[in-house]
Amino acid sequence: MLAACATNGGGARSAGAGTPAASTGAGPGKGKGYSHDPYPSTYRVYPGAPTLVTNVTVLDGEGGRIDGGSVLFREGKIVAVGQGLTADAGTTVIDGRGKYVTPGVIDIHSHLGDYPSPGVEALSDGNEATSPATPEVWAEHSVWPQDPGFARALTNGGVTTLQILPGSANLFGGRSVVLKNVYARTVQGMKFPGAPYGLKMACGENPKRVYGGKGRAPATRMGNVAYDRQTWARAAEYKRRWDKYEEKGGEPPARDIAMDTLRGVLDGEILVQNHCYRADEMAIVMDMAKEFGYKVTAFHHAVEAYKIADLLKANSTCAAVWADWYGFKMEAYDAVNENLAILEKEGACGLIHSDDANGIQRLNQEVAKARASGIKSGFDISEATAWKWLAINPAKALGIADRTGSLKPGKMADVVLWNGNPFSVYTRPQMVWVDGALLYDAANPKLRPVSDFELGQPGEGDVK
Amino acid sequence: MKSLLLGAAAAAAFASPAAAQTVAITNAKLVIGDGAGPVDGGTVVIRDGKVVAAGAGVAVPAGVRVVDAGGRWVSPGIFAGFTRMGIVEVDAVEGTNDTAASGSPFNAALDVAPAVNPKSSPIAINRVEGVTRAVVAPDNSRGSIFAGQGAVIDLGADMDAVSRPRAFQFMEYGEAGARAAGGSRPAAYAMLRNALLLVRDYVRSPAAFESNSKDAMLTRADAVALVPVVQGKMPLLVHVERASDILVVLQLKKDVPSLHLVLVGATEGWTVAREIAAAGVAVIASPVADLPESFEALAATQSNIGRMKAAGVLVGMGTINQDEARQARWEKQYAGNLVAIASVPGASGLSWGEAFATISSRPAEALGMGDAFGSLRPGRHGDVVVWDGDPLEIGSTAQAVYIDGVEQPLVSRQTRLRDRYWEPKEGALPKAYQR
Repeated sequence: MLAACATNGGGARSAGAGTPAASTGAGPGKGKGYSHDPYPSTYRVYPGAPTLVTNVTVLDGEGGRIDGGSVLFREGKIVAVGQGLTADAGTTVIDGRGKYVTPGVIDIHSHLGDYPSPGVEALSDGNEATSPATPEVWAEHSVWPQDPGFARALTNGGVTTLQILPGSANLFGGRSVVLKNVYARTVQGMKFPGAPYGLKMACGENPKRVYGGKGRAPATRMGNVAYDRQTWARAAEYKRRWDKYEEKGGEPPARDIAMDTLRGVLDGEILVQNHCYRADEMAIVMDMAKEFGYKVTAFHHAVEAYKIADLLKANSTCAAVWADWYGFKMEAYDAVNENLAILEKEGACGLIHSDDANGIQRLNQEVAKARASGIKSGFDISEATAWKWLAINPAKALGIADRTGSLKPGKMADVVLWNGNPFSVYTRPQMVWVDGALLYDAANPKLRPVSDFELGQPGEGDVK
Repeated sequence: MKSLLLGAAAAAAFASPAAAQTVAITNAKLVIGDGAGPVDGGTVVIRDGKVVAAGAGVAVPAGVRVVDAGGRWVSPGIFAGFTRMGIVEVDAVEGTNDTAASGSPFNAALDVAPAVNPKSSPIAINRVEGVTRAVVAPDNSRGSIFAGQGAVIDLGADMDAVSRPRAFQFMEYGEAGARAAGGSRPAAYAMLRNALLLVRDYVRSPAAFESNSKDAMLTRADAVALVPVVQGKMPLLVHVERASDILVVLQLKKDVPSLHLVLVGATEGWTVAREIAAAGVAVIASPVADLPESFEALAATQSNIGRMKAAGVLVGMGTINQDEARQARWEKQYAGNLVAIASVPGASGLSWGEAFATISSRPAEALGMGDAFGSLRPGRHGDVVVWDGDPLEIGSTAQAVYIDGVEQPLVSRQTRLRDRYWEPKEGALPKAYQR
């Protein structure tokens, strides 16, 4: 059953056998057996003017709120947030009276680039649905940086950071990649510098349907877990061999690109992002993680998270959810609009996500819906608290909360100026900065990205 | 006030069979649904399930039940312009999915009305959120551009859901039509022309109509179903996205002037809006499609509806390719977005009143049913919602929903699950005992 992984790893083995640490040139030594970053980020911060946005309501993304506040950023970084800030000469001052400033929206679950627009077969690169376990594939190797969807997410949604995941056909779908939402010619040019990789896993209906439909394992939920456990057992053995080599030297073990990823998870350097809807299945997966010594960082599409908010809290595992998707398959049948509210009420880590090229354009509205549902049911949630669901909580679940996800001095100046209250349906992004560079301004048609694909096509450069 | 409204709703949940009441809702921020904005101090009177009067100066007839809205928003219920509600419970569970029939020899003859299940969970879930009527369309199958006859349903908590069976014929053109017809747009067009010719033959001489051969290009039942379409007695809803395809479909109306043609989708409609308006053809459009999701939608923009409206096209909203089976409730949010983009330089939005009309009267008018549904003008079905805020604003909820004058329960599987798990931990007994 594991032949696919071994086979796929074999090609890399021959390439790496003679020079096991070719890319670092320094093995043995802990973490030095092979390069852990062979496709490094070439993202560069675009120039930005020192900027002070004044007279705004600030939601800092960590639960804080400042009325009549200001945000100052310079050289790509937040400098100060508070009341009564003043600026040096040469600072661009924007009077945002009546408006809101928030950190840039972070979507932890996107397939932009892997399932781009247009959604034609030739560009459909999101599911390596040829084996139940393909941890060897990396989403970044499929991302088409010209997807028009990146622009819509920026200009309509204020999205500044997003995680691109492989699809959910497989139990082990492969590695994710975290991107800054800034167009580049190459995917490396969009990669969030230093963001940890994620491992996309999936439980439930998708893997058993895809492979059961082919008359092979897994065809059931118990088959899913069995296949997972077999694979983890193999990963533990791979890790043991490489740990020994890196510690003591000797003959390097054969490289296995699939197992590299799982070893990264067992070492805590790669975060598990687990597609899983049902409460009972999430509980099983959390036990499995304990069995093999890893941690589920976040469940995605966790429609039934509200049923086990206490278990999620006890395991320090986040739940990334939709506001109100439901019913399209059995494991989405028990959705409630209060999912996020109940997680918040019980002290568990909840966050919004889109999984959708349209939904990513309105995550503020999705959070507004989730908040309103909680309030109507009797649990008061402030705007500042709710904004955590699309700021610091996804940043934590991506392992980048020390760099973005809130308006704190020293963090990346990923900032959105909204033309009103972003919990209102009538509000739109007015300006969006990424690392302090103004990359969208509703009033300036030149600050509206047009991807290569759209150039010369009907509707080019139009307001979308 | 709140307790009065909610109490009445709870009582209605157990009233069976529910009867249409004569009721006057007074002191309302009243939305008629005809494109105008709300007026304060409005009253709407419903008798025998129909709207008798609505407006600011309307007198309350003696002896009727009076509900004081306390200044809150009162509007027609949402008339969802394009859905598959009630004919599918869970898409991925085949036995519950009656949208399409790839193994059937029939196409245009298929009629969704008998398949509508008033107890399917999307109906209650959408009712709770103020959706009171819906256009229900079949999906087409491989082998034909014709999907069959759709219905207009109400979302009332009773077993009588179908308001208008066989309300229209639904057809695919463009990429989906090409795929179904054998692989190209010319094949789809040939299938369409051929069907129209065969229907003409059938009308001239039903007895001579050759349809028993397995090679027949149109079954007798399909020909019969298309007769009222050709005669203009039944609207033909055509799903079409690309500008050039829209023009091809409009040409059809020149060839067959009696056709009551309605475009569905029309993502690139804004680029040929003048032609659509000149043809007098109405559109049911998606509000937020702004990605070039296919090569027939390269010019997609959220300004589509606003620009078509500005060019004089009658435009209603539908949730095409937006989870038609169950998310009609999103139309309120989408309509709010159409208002929001009015503030974006270069974008074309709608006024609040016109945005609301796209989810109430306009889709009904597009189908030729504006005299029956979608607004609070006299004579329309008594579908009324009392809201706790602006119905297009996120967070506003329906406090009372009337369908045909009958107050409806505001409970669904989702509200029941929420109540059960509001405290997630199990207590003295398992959750299965908590009702």
